[in-house]
Amino acid sequence: MPLCSKAVLYPALLLLGLVIAGCAATQPAATADKDAAEQASADTLTSLDRPQYPSTYERIAFGPVVIQNATVMTAAGDEITGGAVAFQDGKIVAVGTDVAIPDGATVVDGTGKYVTPGVIDTHSHLGVYAAPGTTAEADGNEAVAANTAHVWAEHSVWPQDPQIPLAVAGGVTTIQVLPGSANLFGGRSATLRLVPATSVQAMKFPGAPYGLKMACGENPKRVYGSRGGPSTRMGNMAGYRAAFIAAEKYRREWNIWLADRSKTRPDRDLGKETLAGVLAGEILVHNHCYRADEMINMLDLGREFGFQIRSFHHAVESYKIADRLAEAGTASSVWADWWGFKEEAMDGIPENAALLQTAGARTIIHSDSGEGIQRLNQEAAKAMYAGRRAGLDISRNDALRWITAVPAWALGIDDVTGTLEVGKAADVVVWSGDPFSVYTRAEKVYNEGALVYDRASGQSAWQTDFELQQVRR
Amino acid sequence: MTRFSGIQRSVGFAFLLFFAHVGFAQSLAITGGRVYVGNSEVIEGGTVLIENGRITAVGTDVALPADAQRVDAAGKWVTPGLVNSSTQLGLVEIGSSTTEYSLGGNEVAAAFQVFEAINPASQLIPVTRTDGITTVIAMPSGGLISGQAAALDLAGETVEALVMKTSVGIVAHLNEGARSAGGGSRAGAIARLRRVLRDAQDYAARREDYLTGQMQPLAASQDDLEALLPVLQGELPLIVTANRRSDIEAALRLADEFGLRIILLRAREAWQVADRLAAQGIGVVLDPLDDVPSYDAPSPRLDNAAMLAEAGVPVAFATFDAHNARNVRQLAGNAVANGMEWADALQAVTSTPAALFGLDDAGTLAPGHWANVVVWSGDPFEFSTAAEHVFIHGREMPTMTRQRALMERYRARTQ
Repeated sequence: MPLCSKAVLYPALLLLGLVIAGCAATQPAATADKDAAEQASADTLTSLDRPQYPSTYERIAFGPVVIQNATVMTAAGDEITGGAVAFQDGKIVAVGTDVAIPDGATVVDGTGKYVTPGVIDTHSHLGVYAAPGTTAEADGNEAVAANTAHVWAEHSVWPQDPQIPLAVAGGVTTIQVLPGSANLFGGRSATLRLVPATSVQAMKFPGAPYGLKMACGENPKRVYGSRGGPSTRMGNMAGYRAAFIAAEKYRREWNIWLADRSKTRPDRDLGKETLAGVLAGEILVHNHCYRADEMINMLDLGREFGFQIRSFHHAVESYKIADRLAEAGTASSVWADWWGFKEEAMDGIPENAALLQTAGARTIIHSDSGEGIQRLNQEAAKAMYAGRRAGLDISRNDALRWITAVPAWALGIDDVTGTLEVGKAADVVVWSGDPFSVYTRAEKVYNEGALVYDRASGQSAWQTDFELQQVRR
Repeated sequence: MTRFSGIQRSVGFAFLLFFAHVGFAQSLAITGGRVYVGNSEVIEGGTVLIENGRITAVGTDVALPADAQRVDAAGKWVTPGLVNSSTQLGLVEIGSSTTEYSLGGNEVAAAFQVFEAINPASQLIPVTRTDGITTVIAMPSGGLISGQAAALDLAGETVEALVMKTSVGIVAHLNEGARSAGGGSRAGAIARLRRVLRDAQDYAARREDYLTGQMQPLAASQDDLEALLPVLQGELPLIVTANRRSDIEAALRLADEFGLRIILLRAREAWQVADRLAAQGIGVVLDPLDDVPSYDAPSPRLDNAAMLAEAGVPVAFATFDAHNARNVRQLAGNAVANGMEWADALQAVTSTPAALFGLDDAGTLAPGHWANVVVWSGDPFEFSTAAEHVFIHGREMPTMTRQRALMERYRARTQ
C-alpha cells in the first residue's frame, strides 16, 4: 500500500484501508494541508478527515549514556560478555565490545550486570483496571453487548494507575492495553510507552497500529447467555461472521463515496470502522482464545474474511496446534504456568511456550496481571527451564525474545524497538544479574533513552498522583 | 499416634490413619547432599536416614542399615518438603466452578471443617507435589468466620491419608471483605466478631442453661459456638485476614481482650507494626509479591517479609490459590531478592509454618519427624532448579502428572 501525505495526516482513513481510494483523486492539490481540508465544503468533509486522538508523546530529554562491562543480551543473537551499549537522543548508537563513549555521556558501570531490551507486554489492563481496584476503576469491559468493537481502550486509560510505575520497576517499557474479554469484540487496544503522563495521548506509542480485541469461548457465552446471546461457542462464531459481513458492506460503501466524494455520504459507524480496519490489514487482531479447536476455527474465520490473526492470547492449548500456528505466522501470547482457573484453561502446561518455540511458532510470554507484569523475566525463565527439563532446546536468546522482540512484532513496532540494535529506540534495562535468576531485579530502566527507573530510588519508578500522601513506600 | 490432634478428633478415625502408613518398613538413606535442616542448620555431605516413613537420623556420620535403599545426593541440595501456608488445594478442581472452600451466605461458619471436602484424587495435588511442595494448609474463605483450616501432606488416596490435622485454626476476616458481614462497616465486623466470641464464652460457662433454653438467643449456632471454644482456650489460633494497619491493630485488640493466639493472614501493611508483632510473638502468613495498592491496604511493600523477619516476626509464605500452589519457591526467592535472608526464607516455607500451625513432627529434617524430604538439583528457589526426588512419609512420589502426560503426548507430535 503506497503511503501518501494524506495517509499520514488522516490516520483514520488509513485505518479504514481507504487510502488507495482517497489518496490520488479526491482532493485539490493543496489537500495535504489540514487548513485546506477544513475549508472544503461540509458535504465533502468528514470527521474522518480530522485527527483521531493522536499521540502527543514526546521523548523525555536525557543526555547520552553508555553502559559498560556488562553482559549484553540483545535479543537478536548471542550474549556479549564484557559488552557495552551506548545511546543518544533516544536511539541506540553502538552495541558491542568496543564501543566509543559519546561526548558527554553518563557512564554506567555494568560489572556483574546484564543489559536487555525493555520488556514489552502484549496483554495488559493497566490503566483500564487500575488500582486501587474499586468498581469506579473497572473500565476494561464494556459489557453491554457482545459486539463493542466501537470502544477504544485508550479512552478508559487512567495514567495515574499506581500499577504503571510498579511495572516500570520490573523493566517494562511498552505495553498493549486491551479491553476485557467479556465480548466477542471488546474494542480497540492501545500501545503505550510507560512514562509519567497526564493523558493517555502522551503515552501513545507513535506510529503503532491499533489492535482489535476479540474473545473466544467461555466469557462471551457466560456474560451474554442470558442476555440475548451468544450462549454457545457456535453462537460466538456466528456473531463474528455477522459482524465481519456487515463490515465488508460498510467498507465497500465508504470506498465508493471516497472515490469522488460526490454522492450521499455514508454515516460513520465506529464499530464497523474498526472491523473495516481489520479487513484492510491496518488493525491487528489480538484474540483471547484458550482451546486449540477454537483457535483453528478462528484461523478459518480469518481466511473467510481475508485477515490475519496477529496473536492469540492466553492460548493455553497452543502447544496442541503449534505446527498450524507456525504455518499461519500467528503468535501465541501465553502465561508460563497459569492453568485450571476455568474449564477452558484446564489443559495449560508449563511447556506450552517451549513447545511453540520448538515448532517454530511465534512465542510471547504475557502477563494479563498487575503483579505478573512486574516480573515477566521470571515468567520467561520458568517457561524456558520447563522446556529444557522436557528435553526441548530453548536458548536464552529465545526466552528473552518472548518478552521483547516477539511482542514488539505482535504490536507492529518491531522496526522501532524490541532488540538492542543500532538505530532502534533506546528501550534498555540494566539488571542486577542474570534476568533469568529469581534473585535479580531491574536496576535501571530507560524508555527511549531516558532514565525512568533507578532502583536506588526505591521500589517504584515514580509516584503517581494517586500515591501522594496515601501510599507509604 | 497423635496425628489427629485437632478438635473433634475421632479415636476410630485416628486409628485408621495410623494404619494407613505402616505398610512399608524399609529404610532409605539420602546420602552426600548439602542438607538444609529447615532451621538455620546446614550439613555439607550429610545423610538423611528414613525408616518406616520417619526420619531417624541426620548428620555426616550416620550408620546405615545394611539393607537401606540409597539415593545419592552428592552435589544436590536436600531440604524438608516445602509448605504452602494458605491454599485451596484439594478443595477446587476448576477455579470458576467446582469449589468447596466456602459456605457462601453463612457468615459465621466456625464449625465448617474443609478437610471433609478434600479430594485426594485432585489433579492439582501431583502438579503441586512434583515441585517439591509436600504440605499445605487448606483454608476456607468468605464471610466473617470462614471455618477451620486443615493441614495436608500431599500423598495418599484417602482423606485419612492426606489430612495431618483436621483443624489448625479458625479463619476469620477483618478486612474490606468483612465489611458486609458487619452491616457495611469495619466497626460492625469487629463488633460482630466480638459478640460471637463473647457468646461462645457465655455458652461454655452456661451450657446447661443453653440446653434447657434458659439463655437469650446467641450470635451463632451451637455447633459454631462449640467450635470456637478451643480458640478461646488458646488451643487453636484464630487466623485473621487483616491488611490495613488499623485492621491489624484491631485484631491485636481482640486478641488481648479474649486472650487469643492469632496468626495474621496476608497482612500487607504488617511492616508498619513489625516491632509490636515481634514483641507479641504473632506470626504472619503472607505473599511476598503482594504490592499493588488498594483502599484495603494502600501501602503494601515487596520487602514486607524482609522487614518483618528482620524485626523477629515469624513469617510464612502462601500463594493463596490452588492451581499454582507450586509457586511458593518463587515467592521465597523474591522475598530474598527484596532483602530477606535466604535462611529466613527457607524457614518461611518449612519450619516456621510447622511451628505456627502446630505441625509438631514436620517442617525440619529432625529425627522423629515425618520424612517429607526433597532432593533438589540446586538452590530450590531458582527457576533452573528441579525437584529430583520428592519423598512424603518416606515414600518417593511418582513424577507423572496430568500436565506431564499432556506434554509428552504433544511433544511427540512436535518433534
